[in-house]
Amino acid sequence: MNREKVVFGFFIILALTLNVGFVLGDIDNPAHHEVFELFLALVVSLICTVLKFGDRSHLGALLLATSLVADLQLIAAAVVWAYAEQISTLGMTDGTMASIVSLAAGALVANIISVVLLVVESASIRR
Amino acid sequence: MNTLLYILLRRLRLPLTVLIGVYAVSVLGFVLIPGLDDQGQPWRMDFFHAFYFVSFMGSTIGFGEIPYPFTSAQRMWTLVCIYATVIAWLYAIGAMLSVLQDKGFSRLLSTRRFAHHVRSIREPFYLICGFGTTGRDVVTGLEQQGIKSVVIDIDPSRIDALELEQYSLPVVGLCADASLPENLDLAGLQNPCCLGVLALTNDDNVNLSVSIASKLLYPKRIVVSRSENDTTTANLYSFGTDLVVDPFKQFAEYLGLAAHNPQKHLIVDWLIYPQHRPIASTYKHQSGRWILCGYGRFGRALAGTMRAEGTEITIVDPHIDSAISEESASVTGIGTEASTLIQAGVEGAVGIIAGTGNDADNLSIIMTARELNPRLQTVVRQNLDSNELIFERLKADFVMNPGRTIASRILAHLRTPLLAEFLDQAMALNEVDARELIQRINRLVGDDQVRTQAFTLGEDTPAVKEWIESGQVLTLRSLLKSPADRTTDLKCLALLVKRGDHYWVEPGELTELHMGDEILFSGRESDLYQQRWLFENARTLNYVVTGAEPHYGVLSYFFKGTPH
Repeated sequence: MNREKVVFGFFIILALTLNVGFVLGDIDNPAHHEVFELFLALVVSLICTVLKFGDRSHLGALLLATSLVADLQLIAAAVVWAYAEQISTLGMTDGTMASIVSLAAGALVANIISVVLLVVESASIRR
Repeated sequence: MNTLLYILLRRLRLPLTVLIGVYAVSVLGFVLIPGLDDQGQPWRMDFFHAFYFVSFMGSTIGFGEIPYPFTSAQRMWTLVCIYATVIAWLYAIGAMLSVLQDKGFSRLLSTRRFAHHVRSIREPFYLICGFGTTGRDVVTGLEQQGIKSVVIDIDPSRIDALELEQYSLPVVGLCADASLPENLDLAGLQNPCCLGVLALTNDDNVNLSVSIASKLLYPKRIVVSRSENDTTTANLYSFGTDLVVDPFKQFAEYLGLAAHNPQKHLIVDWLIYPQHRPIASTYKHQSGRWILCGYGRFGRALAGTMRAEGTEITIVDPHIDSAISEESASVTGIGTEASTLIQAGVEGAVGIIAGTGNDADNLSIIMTARELNPRLQTVVRQNLDSNELIFERLKADFVMNPGRTIASRILAHLRTPLLAEFLDQAMALNEVDARELIQRINRLVGDDQVRTQAFTLGEDTPAVKEWIESGQVLTLRSLLKSPADRTTDLKCLALLVKRGDHYWVEPGELTELHMGDEILFSGRESDLYQQRWLFENARTLNYVVTGAEPHYGVLSYFFKGTPH
């Protein structure tokens, strides 16, 4: 068993599960979406990106790309959230919540691709 | 993306993960720990403010406790976070700096810079593997001709030395194993501007693999290789290496020449080696017994040459076995003590060769031998360049520097490949002819440096090509006349004409020239320069051959009707 692979797989799958957890629920209902979960999803996604650094293979490059996409979407979601809570005079509205969740849903797709690639890579190793 | 970035990122994985982790935990802590607002009501920091606070705290900017003064619990958490973030930053920055300073990383960096530089070369250059005495001399020689060099050597100190040398043309060097094709590739083996590859390392196997790689990729490109044994030499020639120099053999031949045939030695010296020696320096050759100190690889090669010439030798070496003593007279010892030299019969000898691998020993041998027999001819081998000054002061009849000798030979070959063929022919001359050749060259050149240039009649000599193809006869005499005034001769001498496999050494002035002939001239630099006009300018050639002044312009056309 390769410890490095365990850590790597752990973080990638954790990024996906946290992301799913955040997105689940009515898209425009703020009560269904926990800010902590978004925060953790973003942190884990960033760690995933760093872990994917420095892999020269084609698959490695693709993995890094999916991670960067997820980061971008989640950071956008976080910025929108901060804007709604701190700057906007209206506060958090249903519409804003919907856009935050849809951004996170985009990140979810990227994370799913990431996990699929991981599975494909593991399946192609025959030992 | 390039390798460097990958390595940097790979090494920074852990520091960056730690940094992200510490920040995440800090932010989370501030969000979770309850505080009090300005009214004394319970209040919780949101993620936005927590991230803001941690950002300026972690970077030690410190705007204070905002938006409300902290509670004791928050301050305690701040304390933890301050140390944690500072340590995480120090770790990350330290890791990055250590990667940048890492030997392997800086080597990669310099390799990249080197490869980039080589790729951007757009003028002709030579690729030189091995930067020892020979390599350095070749680089300097090429530089004087205005040709760039790219150097590979496995010894980092030599590459450092290369950077310190003051070359007017930038010489780039790479510290790498030249036997690996990828390194050769980096050094411009595939660059179309590469004129040739010179394998001058002191490892035969490396030279062999360099030569093979070059010949396989570009069969027409010049390859010169150093080789220390006959098997490698034969191997190198078998796949078409253009010139193979065996340092010991070549040097022994040269030294042997100095000892038993001063005239031919002077010819070689004049044509190949840059320093000019006046004709008076050829001492009268005395036949007699020579003492050879040092019987290593070099001494063996030298003894072979001298025996072949029928010169009697006495060998002085610390390790004399029965095989040596059977072949020739020998004495055990270094030769630095008077007793050993007397035992070797220094009083009755005509010359002594101090050919050990140790400069101090060589100097000592010459000094001791001179005291015992002042009329002795002295030949000394210089191993290290740094001892130049002492060897100059020694005033021995000949100071021989193996690395330099070979470098001059290689340079001469690169400049005019025909020269080597001429020298092969010249070695077969008898003593009278050799002396006559020296006198002829000396009359033309005087005390100036002797230069040589070679022409192949064809595309490179448009004037001659046009002339011969028009069906007219061209003799060698025409090519030795001054383009300024055809009644005076250029101070040049035709040394060799080569047609197919036939050679004419010192060809007569009436020799008729054909297309494809190769001609070697020698003379003063300025005269050789003028001579080039005859080969390139049809009008000048016409004037020199027929004496007709070149007519051109509208007026002459008008009056004469035909332009020349």
